[in-house]
Amino acid sequence: MKEYILLFRHENVNGKVSPEQIQQWMKQQMDWVNSIVAKNKFVSGTGLLFDDAKVVNHKKFVTNGPFGDIKETLGGYIIVKAESADEAAEFAKGAPILQGEGNTVEVREIVTH
Amino acid sequence: MNESDIIPHLFKTEYSKMVSVLTRSFGLEYIETAEDIVSETFLSALDSWSYKGKPANPTAWLYTVAKNKLKNHLARNNTFNKLVSEQLTDKSQCNEISIDFSDKNISDSQLQMLFAVCHPSISTEAQICLALRMLCGLGLNEIADAFLSNKETIHKRLQRAKEKLYSEKIKIEMPDDKEINERLNTVIQTIYLLFSEGYYSESNNSIVRKELCVEALNLAYLLLDNPQTNNHATNALMSLMCFQASRLEARQSENGDIVLYDDQDRTLWNTEFIEKGFHYLQQASKWEIKSTYYVEASIAYWHTVDNSNRDKWTSILKLYDVLLSAKNSPIVALNRIWAFSKVHGNNAAIVEAEKLGLHTNHFYLVLLAELYNHIDDDDKANEYLTKAHRFCKTNTEKEMIQKKIDKLNKEPTA
Repeated sequence: MKEYILLFRHENVNGKVSPEQIQQWMKQQMDWVNSIVAKNKFVSGTGLLFDDAKVVNHKKFVTNGPFGDIKETLGGYIIVKAESADEAAEFAKGAPILQGEGNTVEVREIVTH
Repeated sequence: MNESDIIPHLFKTEYSKMVSVLTRSFGLEYIETAEDIVSETFLSALDSWSYKGKPANPTAWLYTVAKNKLKNHLARNNTFNKLVSEQLTDKSQCNEISIDFSDKNISDSQLQMLFAVCHPSISTEAQICLALRMLCGLGLNEIADAFLSNKETIHKRLQRAKEKLYSEKIKIEMPDDKEINERLNTVIQTIYLLFSEGYYSESNNSIVRKELCVEALNLAYLLLDNPQTNNHATNALMSLMCFQASRLEARQSENGDIVLYDDQDRTLWNTEFIEKGFHYLQQASKWEIKSTYYVEASIAYWHTVDNSNRDKWTSILKLYDVLLSAKNSPIVALNRIWAFSKVHGNNAAIVEAEKLGLHTNHFYLVLLAELYNHIDDDDKANEYLTKAHRFCKTNTEKEMIQKKIDKLNKEPTA
């Protein structure tokens, strides 16, 4: 059994997704996460806060960020147990944010020894 | 992970409150920033509540996060220093922007936003769109569905409306005493137009239509909640909308056809709304009676009364006489004729109707057909129905008239 991280990226939604819709996604997200827990495949998950975010560059400068032209913000991730990337991707298909056109879920295997 | 339920429509309701407060603090020029911040706040909630469950106080959480996002946004955009110095010159020693999310400020901000959005310098169509977006928290798709339009058109309409507000330098504030009555009338009119969009809509999506009526009622509550705007006309408007809303279920059949008043199943009338309608009618009567909405609400009240009541149609006719003198429109005149027929009989009503001579108005033609049908003059009824079919505009109406023609031709003449 391997572990995969599912990274959620959503674009700026203002005007594209109504507040009501976001609330529905949230309820769906809770249900979706619970369904993975029920299968004993959930390892962990969290949101990634954006407001105090910093970027450190090669000169060791610390700036607030990332901002600017980034179209998609990395909003959070969950880690699931799966036999293969395909299986993890199948989990990912259930992510509610995928109902929004510009949103994606990236699936990466976590290295374990 | 717990599943404790979040209040339904929490985000939608809070959108309006938060955007109003933020925009009021910084001005209409920052409205898009306010909208972005609030949307991002909801996304943050999506990203964190999903794993840890909803916080003990969801609204406080939303307000705190929104304030932080605002602070960061201002710092990034160097607007902070400019705005802080502006605040310092007219207020106290605050060295930080403070956003007040108290109930009072929320309520004041929403009301002032409503006045700003229903500004006479923008078209009523645009006013309605802005109100739905800013004050009702509807998304572009939802608004587009309601008006049988598309997202792009609505988006453009909103952009143009916002530009108008900037160029006219509209402020988010209560109109002063000289202007408030007139501005309030504009607001009331827009709210009623919004309600009518839902009530009279030909869209088959009954959920969407009811939603528009509900949003109109919510906006009217904003007016009623504030002493400055809780007056005769506002209460009359609310009364009218409640009476009409009581018939929403009965108004549309399962396959989406409109069911007219006489054919409606009265058990589907919502008694709670009827009671509310009566309550607000009484409230409205505490002031001098002068709003046409009051007359219309009174007519609506009488429509909830059973036909066996002997005063019903004479009262309605008298009210239409009053309404017609204030608001001389074909629809009012035609509705009056119907009441006239109930009081004075079909023959007299036909004479009265023919005085109107609205020969290309299909509602007029259908009415005459109906009256002739009641006196069993099928030839005349058919003649008017055929004319009506020619002049009517929508497919729904054509179908309805065709059904009447078919029914007429099936019945043997008495």
